[in-house]
Amino acid sequence: AGGMAAAAAALVLLLLLAAAGPAWARPDVLREELLLSPLPAGDVAATFQFRTRWDADLQRGAVSHYRLFPKALGRLVAALGVRELHLSLTQGFWRTRTWGQPPLQAPAGAELWVWFQPTVTDVDKAWKELSNILSGIFCASLNFIDSTNTVTPTASFKPLGLGNGTDHHLLRYAVLPREVVCTENLTPWKKLLPCGSKAGLAVLLKAERLFHSSYHSQAVHIRPICRDASCLAVSWELRQTLTVVFDSFAGGQGKKDWSLFRMFSRTLTDACPLASQSKVYVDISPKNKEKELLEVTPPPASLHEAVVQGEKRTYAIYDLLSPSLFNTSRSLNVQLKWTRPQDSSELPTPVLHAHRYVSGYGLQTGEISTLIYNTHPYRAFPVILLETVPWYLRLYVHTLTIITKGKENKPSYIHYQPAQDRRRPHLLEMLIQLPANSITKITIQFERALLKWTEYPPDPNHGFYVGSSVLSALVPSIIAMKEVDMEQSPLFTSLFPSSDGSSYFVRLYTEPLLVNLPTPDFSMPYNVICLTCTVVAVCYGSFYNLLTRTFHVEEPSRGGLAKRLANIIRKLRGVPPL
Amino acid sequence: ALVQFQLTVPVAVVFAPGSVPGDLPRPLPFRDVQEMEIPVNLRTSVMSRYETVYRSTTAQENIALHAATAQEADAALHPLQDALLGSLTIYVVPETSSLLPQGINVYVGKHRSALVRAGRGLATLHSRLQQLTQVMSFTSSSIAAALSDGVPDGQLGPDARRHLKSSLGYEITFSLLNPDPKSHTVDWDIEDAVNRYVQPVLDKLSLVANFSVDSQILYYAVLGVTPRFDKESSSFLLSTHSLPHVINPVEARLGSSAASLYPVLNFLLYVPERSHSPLYIQDKDGAPVSTNAFHSPRWGGIMVYNVETPASPQALFPLHVEVDMVRVMEVFLAQLRLLFGLSREELPTEFLMESPGNEGLADWELDRLLWAHTIENIATVSTTLTSLAQLLDKIGNIVIKDDVASEVVYRAVSSAQSAMAKLAAGHLHSAFQASKEAVTSSERAFFDPSLLHLLYFPDDQKFAIYIPLFLPVAVPILLSLAKIVRETRQCKKEPTKMD
Repeated sequence: AGGMAAAAAALVLLLLLAAAGPAWARPDVLREELLLSPLPAGDVAATFQFRTRWDADLQRGAVSHYRLFPKALGRLVAALGVRELHLSLTQGFWRTRTWGQPPLQAPAGAELWVWFQPTVTDVDKAWKELSNILSGIFCASLNFIDSTNTVTPTASFKPLGLGNGTDHHLLRYAVLPREVVCTENLTPWKKLLPCGSKAGLAVLLKAERLFHSSYHSQAVHIRPICRDASCLAVSWELRQTLTVVFDSFAGGQGKKDWSLFRMFSRTLTDACPLASQSKVYVDISPKNKEKELLEVTPPPASLHEAVVQGEKRTYAIYDLLSPSLFNTSRSLNVQLKWTRPQDSSELPTPVLHAHRYVSGYGLQTGEISTLIYNTHPYRAFPVILLETVPWYLRLYVHTLTIITKGKENKPSYIHYQPAQDRRRPHLLEMLIQLPANSITKITIQFERALLKWTEYPPDPNHGFYVGSSVLSALVPSIIAMKEVDMEQSPLFTSLFPSSDGSSYFVRLYTEPLLVNLPTPDFSMPYNVICLTCTVVAVCYGSFYNLLTRTFHVEEPSRGGLAKRLANIIRKLRGVPPL
Repeated sequence: ALVQFQLTVPVAVVFAPGSVPGDLPRPLPFRDVQEMEIPVNLRTSVMSRYETVYRSTTAQENIALHAATAQEADAALHPLQDALLGSLTIYVVPETSSLLPQGINVYVGKHRSALVRAGRGLATLHSRLQQLTQVMSFTSSSIAAALSDGVPDGQLGPDARRHLKSSLGYEITFSLLNPDPKSHTVDWDIEDAVNRYVQPVLDKLSLVANFSVDSQILYYAVLGVTPRFDKESSSFLLSTHSLPHVINPVEARLGSSAASLYPVLNFLLYVPERSHSPLYIQDKDGAPVSTNAFHSPRWGGIMVYNVETPASPQALFPLHVEVDMVRVMEVFLAQLRLLFGLSREELPTEFLMESPGNEGLADWELDRLLWAHTIENIATVSTTLTSLAQLLDKIGNIVIKDDVASEVVYRAVSSAQSAMAKLAAGHLHSAFQASKEAVTSSERAFFDPSLLHLLYFPDDQKFAIYIPLFLPVAVPILLSLAKIVRETRQCKKEPTKMD
């Protein structure tokens, strides 16, 4: 009987292997995914994720033969000893209050944070080299990352992949809030995809539609992950994500209905032939208690229910690899119709959101205020706030006040690194406890420094950007969550490691600030030169005349236009002519 | 600047018993020096100097020369020679020796030695020796190719500009282009092929430069040209004149070598789409190219790999294709040799060359490469420093910092000089090392960021600042000048009135 059982088990194993895919096992797999979620305010967010998983160790051994993993990035990781790399390029600001918690948020501009391997001896040099190379690959101004905008946070950025990040000296973080993201950044990003923009979900990525939107964020995440459950070997994961928010009100004459074609002016015709999974998820979870508010066409083949960010969500799934999908029509154009107009008065507010502004008057001092909202009805939770302020805003740390519900809130952890002029920025990290249903106000005053005249950027009167501050928190969930397997669950749930069932990780970015610095009138030196030169020239001219002119008595004559004119005037006035 | 090269090649001519010509000027052993001027251009002159030692064989060499075939003799003689780079050992065997096959008078081995039939007299031997030493070290055309940047276009053959520029390192990238992944799943065992065929060659070449090899597979990468359909053969054809347009669209996908500054050699294997296969490359006369490949000078090579279409139309797509790497690597290695200027020149029929075997490269071919690269490096240093000097003459604002001057410029000059001296002394290896150092320093000097600081402070800006002063000051002067002119004219016109 034992033999029978073993044979049966072997048969099951064989069947499983056969179901797993083609006969030759690939060390690298590609999954592509599109998540369409209607936002509470009526906009639509589309999140693309392309994930390449490669069962090879990029660090050790000379891996030099690439298939799905892009060679440019692979060589970068191997050559510079990168353990984890996160780069995002964003245009616009994710409005957490009205749009809800984003699956992946990024600050306006460019953000880069990298964990290096412990074997890297000169981290700063590797960081500089890395940012220069990335700036070449993505056509972005990442080469402006230098010591004046790079910080080493101690608590906010833990590695998302394998490895415990205790030695934060291997971490570098920089934000360039001034960076403008456009087509020239999208094209190299698309080029890294195995199918390019020729097949699969990426055909929707047309620049003229993507940049005609309220929010556009593209990112690249590279990290090492466990190859299997036992985690004895390392695989490398490359995630390319792109989030775009379309204003469906403005595009659809006041209606909130949308379709793929209306958003992207394209429809889906096939999956990328290299992808082992290609799915479109549509968030159809009822926003209020009333059900059946919206309707999606074509009817989805299956539904997926999950607890995402503390809320129970329902997703309609379209599997582009299933042959039945393209049976009835040649292309997939997901459409969503609202059966009843939704009243927008009662928008659900996310549990954690924040708001930041700069106040004060004059050009000498000012104040940065950050408001953090915890709308959870009964749970308090801590949040880590990371603030990086450029050196030319001199923070007064003694003016730092944190007030919750009228009382002072003492942070349980503060890490402050003061700025050095022209060398490094201020770094302020705090762990603040947010009581249930509260607003916490953090204020700190600063003085504006005077820059040297060559240090001003072009158009200095536009103001100087201060990068977004970062909030990282484990938000307690109202509904219990299940532990999910990373390989099986949809991609949009699996970037941040889920901790336990009771809370979920959220990283939020506040608005970037625009601060005016005392700006000199740059044309002033030239004006002074012109004025003094004119004065000198006039003096010179009269002196020259005095020296060179010969004076001689002129005989009175009849003529002269001036005299005639004078006589006419005198005649009119009734005075005898000259 | 006039650059005078003196290249010294140590040559040993070893006479086997019974091969010494009767009209030899002196009794063995003796030394002899032959000098020959190679004309290049007005600014450069190359003097080649063959320092020849004539001697008779030792007992061990004698035993080795008694081998059955030339190959065996070559292998047996190899441990008996000093392995100095750039040196040559030529064994003269009797005219009647059976070591060389019938009709072959000169045999070039895998290492730094050759076998030569003695010939009827000294004159025949001399001409054979001269030809041989040139083949195994350098010829005027190989020198001209190395100095090609300073030589006018017309003097060079078509091959001269094909060679890669000398560099400290090269990156070799093999790319498999699969424009139609829906119809073909193409797999290639590139790792094994590189280890088996490319790595031995690169190990040998590691003396010349650093090499790194990698590969990638690119999907949906198409050629920039739509091939023409040929009804007769029911195949698609790419004609020669359209090949230049093939590379550009592919190039954008290849990805730059972000992590290093070395030049990249690209070898592309293109599997045509199903709708365009089979695809053949035509030469100038319209005949299909047998290898179905072409190369682009200083860039790399492309090979078209046709996939057999299944007989039954119901075949399941995608079709799984395993690339025959032996066929592919043969072509790529030949292209690699071409790009490094290692193509074998046309030789008289009396010459026989041993195939380099698995290593892909004979020792003397390596020496040839080193001669050419050393000369090219020195020429590059001279051009770089000359243009730096010209730049300084043109733009006086540039500041040369002391460290740039001493560390870099003087070191470049001294390294270049020592390279020249070592070339003249016949130490090829150390000359090459010194020339590499000279190139590194001179490039560092030329691209030093401190040179850029004041480069863009144009004169018209100064002019713009001073114009508010000079313009108003000039007005009274010009006016009074005009007045003077007017008055002198008046004085000339009416001299009578004054009286």
